[in-house]
Amino acid sequence: MWLWFHKLGSPKYFWTISARLIPWIGGLSAVLIAVSLYLGLFVAPPDYQQGESYRIMFIHVPSAWNSMFIYVVMAVSAAIGLIWKMKVADSVASASAVIGASFTFLTLVTGSLWGKPMWGTWWVWDARLTSELILLFLYLGFIALQASIEDRQKASRASAVLAIVGVINVPIIYYSVIWWNTLHQPPSLTTGASMIDKSMLLPLLLMAVAFKLFYLTVLLIRTRCEVLERERNSSWVQELARAAEQNLAPTLTGSRAE
Amino acid sequence: MSEFFHMGGYAFYVWGSYLLTFIVLLLNIIMPVRQEQKLLREIAQRARAKRSAS
Repeated sequence: MWLWFHKLGSPKYFWTISARLIPWIGGLSAVLIAVSLYLGLFVAPPDYQQGESYRIMFIHVPSAWNSMFIYVVMAVSAAIGLIWKMKVADSVASASAVIGASFTFLTLVTGSLWGKPMWGTWWVWDARLTSELILLFLYLGFIALQASIEDRQKASRASAVLAIVGVINVPIIYYSVIWWNTLHQPPSLTTGASMIDKSMLLPLLLMAVAFKLFYLTVLLIRTRCEVLERERNSSWVQELARAAEQNLAPTLTGSRAE
Repeated sequence: MSEFFHMGGYAFYVWGSYLLTFIVLLLNIIMPVRQEQKLLREIAQRARAKRSAS
């Protein structure tokens, strides 16, 4: 097991193994998305209060969970990169930022599309919505900060500090509907006696798992790009680039020569 | 079937959400895959330029 972790740290090994893993994880994610779409759109009955509009929940809530989950992953790996100077951790952090930002964007827009018919407004400055918007700005700030500093190590250090300080926002988002009296409804999932019906819970949870796997897939693809950038002068990357031109290398789109 | 697409009058909101999610997820896949190809091409080109220069 430890040996495996050690090997994974080797960029060349990571490159080979990730090319093999990505189709499987990505494929599983796609299958789960298809199943939960079927269950969520065809099988689950309309909500007795919200009618058909509640079906936005099946993408809104998993997006929101992902937006917070990815932020924590990003901040933890940025912290690891800051403390132990691990370059892989820095790569994971910067690869996560774009994915996290897109899920936060989805959360906000699908929430808006749900809010308009249910609350009669696209947007209110209540605690849940505002703190989620701040999350988007934290992601964008992280990305902008990295882009604005030329030196990679300095960029990682500065953006890591931003990411770590911003973690405080995650529990604020999570508890905002409990701490403050908001227009946003309480959590869809409550521990103990869950109020949500099984026919709605299953597609919701499946979609949440599918979105996590999707994140992992894109994270792997993005980390591959990072590895390529960093290792561009090493002999194996040079070899790989030459082989890729002839479609022989283990790239994601080219055929694979075993 | 048309009832399904109608979504009880919420078609715009429900399908808008799903369509947007689909687009964003698709872009998340396409962009880095293309970047990887671009990088590999760039590296190969640069290596060739270097070889012919020396």
